[in-house]
Amino acid sequence: MSDDFDAVVLEARNIVKHYGGVQALKGVNFEIRRGTVTTLFGENGAGKSTLMKILSGVEQPTAGEIVLDGQPVEFDSTNEAAARGISIIHQELSLAPNLSVRDNIFMGREIQGPFGVDFAQEAKLARDLLAGLQLDVDPSTLVSDLRVGQQQVVEIARALSVNSRILIMDEPTSALAATEVEVLFGLIRDLTARGVAIVYISHHLEEALEITDHAVVLRDGTMTARGERDEIDLEWIVRHMVGDNFDLGTPPTGYEFGEPVLQVKGLRVMDPMNHERSVVDGLDLEVRAGEVVCIYGLMGAGRTELLEAIAGKGDVQSGEILLSGVPLKGRTIAERIDMGVGLVPEDRQRDGLVQTFSIGRNLTLSSLSKVLSRGLLSRKAENDMSVDLIDRVTVKTPGPELNVGSLSGGNQQKVVIGKVVGTKPRLMLLDEPSRGIDVGAKGEVFRLLAARAQEGVAVLYSTSEVGECLAIAHRIIVMRKGRISAEFGSDATKATIMAASGEAVAA
Amino acid sequence: MTTKTSTAERKKTLSPVKLLIEGRAFLALILIIVVFSTLSPNYLTVGNLLIMASHVAIYAILGMGMLLVILNGGIDLSVGSTLGFTGIIAGFLLRGVEISFLGYTFVPSVPVVVLLSCAVGASVGLINGILVSRFRVAPFVATLGMLYAVRGVALLLTNGLTVNDLSGDPELGNTGFDWLGFNRILNVPIGVIFMILIAAVLGLLLGRARFGRWLYAAGGNERAAELSGVPVVKVKIWVYVLSGLCAGIAGLVLSSTLTSASPTAGNTYELTAIAAVVIGGAALSGGKGNVRGTLLGAFVIGFLSDGLVIVGVSAYWQMVFMGVVIVVAVLLNGLDYGRNKPKKSSTKSGGGGQTALADKQGNDPAPNSDHQPAETGGLSR
Repeated sequence: MSDDFDAVVLEARNIVKHYGGVQALKGVNFEIRRGTVTTLFGENGAGKSTLMKILSGVEQPTAGEIVLDGQPVEFDSTNEAAARGISIIHQELSLAPNLSVRDNIFMGREIQGPFGVDFAQEAKLARDLLAGLQLDVDPSTLVSDLRVGQQQVVEIARALSVNSRILIMDEPTSALAATEVEVLFGLIRDLTARGVAIVYISHHLEEALEITDHAVVLRDGTMTARGERDEIDLEWIVRHMVGDNFDLGTPPTGYEFGEPVLQVKGLRVMDPMNHERSVVDGLDLEVRAGEVVCIYGLMGAGRTELLEAIAGKGDVQSGEILLSGVPLKGRTIAERIDMGVGLVPEDRQRDGLVQTFSIGRNLTLSSLSKVLSRGLLSRKAENDMSVDLIDRVTVKTPGPELNVGSLSGGNQQKVVIGKVVGTKPRLMLLDEPSRGIDVGAKGEVFRLLAARAQEGVAVLYSTSEVGECLAIAHRIIVMRKGRISAEFGSDATKATIMAASGEAVAA
Repeated sequence: MTTKTSTAERKKTLSPVKLLIEGRAFLALILIIVVFSTLSPNYLTVGNLLIMASHVAIYAILGMGMLLVILNGGIDLSVGSTLGFTGIIAGFLLRGVEISFLGYTFVPSVPVVVLLSCAVGASVGLINGILVSRFRVAPFVATLGMLYAVRGVALLLTNGLTVNDLSGDPELGNTGFDWLGFNRILNVPIGVIFMILIAAVLGLLLGRARFGRWLYAAGGNERAAELSGVPVVKVKIWVYVLSGLCAGIAGLVLSSTLTSASPTAGNTYELTAIAAVVIGGAALSGGKGNVRGTLLGAFVIGFLSDGLVIVGVSAYWQMVFMGVVIVVAVLLNGLDYGRNKPKKSSTKSGGGGQTALADKQGNDPAPNSDHQPAETGGLSR
């Protein structure tokens, strides 16, 4: 405890990281001080998570060095990093739901007794840790029986169980309720008072401002700004995150909207995790032909479930969905596609692409009936269609026969969009269409959507980046806890949108 | 004949190197033929080749049904039992079924027997398909259950005894069942012709029909396929039905060849069928594989085991050899996948598989570290 508070404990120098041909980090410098909270801001794909994975030993940098307490170090694994006091709490919970809280906390570091694992000792330590975190559950409880917020606390307990000096938290509040966030912040203050350095990553800018001591902003793999708490505000962060002259497009103009294509009336969708709850809770919405509507909301606001319900997935409890006046109730996904509903799912690896297929086969998968001739797939018709779609959605590829995995994230996303475009939709639903693609590709994706709207397609997309709402949307809807909490025109500002989404901690 | 159906599809993409890699199973087959024909002068004769081919036909017909299920990412352990059961049903029908309350004996003609037996095989498949798709029973478990249940019913029906006299009775006018097993067209056994026909139909189904594309898509990524409008449940039911149907046909051919149906016929054949599919380069994770490969796999297995018999190797050694061949084949598949890194993976054919599964996630070269295609998605919501 002789070290001064505010002394630099961990420093990243000129960190470069390549993934294949893509540069995720282009020479980042970064330092972490003892007993403080350093927040890392940046959009999706800016390189935040990559940097944190390097600092915690999950990945190794292509170039550059990590300096711990003035000594250059190399971590080949998370265990090595943990041994030096660095722990990471991942964005996605990495708990084993089938094991107890105790087993999860000591996973991989079981305490050995004379007769195998010393469960009693583990339970005792776990109980102490949980008490310190104000989580009142028995260590033998199964993780699957806990609420998501409680699971997050177990993650933290696991990180603390190795006496971390540096704790990296990647979006720790995304699954937490407001009261749980308060508890977490109290905990962070306790930890910093004990000299632990915290690295905090969050999309909730206002929430992060509440807790942070320093801020570092990443954009497109480079550090764009660094500041102390008293020098920064929301506007400062957003400016450095998004850039001054960064343009994601403007709402398409010069035409009148047509008839309502999508009408949602009092829609309720059951929460697949908890059948008593509704993730979409009595929602009304209308989108007209040619109109671009953006749904902004935090994780868990119900955006994905809303879009999936319209596309035909998920359990609709009550309410109505009409496509050009025709009720969609009881229709399968395939029937809805035929009627003109196209969904670009949030997770393109999991839900969007068939990885074993070529680009062309992915593009035509939803429109096979259009390339049939005498009951068989016509190779020529299929090739023509693929080539046409590649051209229309500007996929950068030498040809449709290449495997879809050979494309970059942005081009893969265009393939998923192209698959929907190929079905000649009246309504395009896009769930976080910019997720995990680089900034240049984002602009192209939004321009594509604007062009479809101009052709008379109704476009409904969701995002968790405020800047993307203000890009091409004619109308912005803010969703919160399954309901619409506010609605804006294209003249809205970032601050008003974010306030309506419930990002303020006071909620 | 094995190549006719599926090579047309990729004629353009076959380069000599690729041919070498892809033709691995083919080279193994050549090797087997060369080795055994040097060891025994009787091996490489037209007569013996045709006999071996008729043995292969049973494995190949089962294997092609199995291929469909494996392409879907499932497994069908019940085909051996279904094969035996179908033979029994055919035997009973040929004897005549007494319908007691009518005092009338139903003696179907041979074509009707064949159709009814095939329907029985398909029905077993239908039960598998419904269990797997509607009730979400794991394919391994559902078909394992059917393996026992169907075999048990076959034993119950026969009291464990073999049904003889499948040649029919001239007085009842239902002779000719042995035609399936004994007759030849242009000297080719009927079983082999059946194999070729099934291969042609399935080759077309997989390569050119919409159903085939649906099947490959659902096997490659079921969630994405479903959201793309592929009727994944329907596809799943159909692959099990077709697998059961293939088992039924194999059962007819086998019982006709033997002119008797044993309730234990086809025991462990499901494993041989799986081996043929795997040697043929299909991935057990689904989405990769083709008819040509499975046929080659069946020939490798059949020619190897018959060859070992001909040169007098003991049955115990035969099993050891078979095991080694299966494992080596899969190891070679692994090499193949390693070679076909995404950059040049225009191979939409035989390769792919276990390692390709791992590639799925690594393939996205974007600096998109903010998410993993995680299984934990459910948890974090």
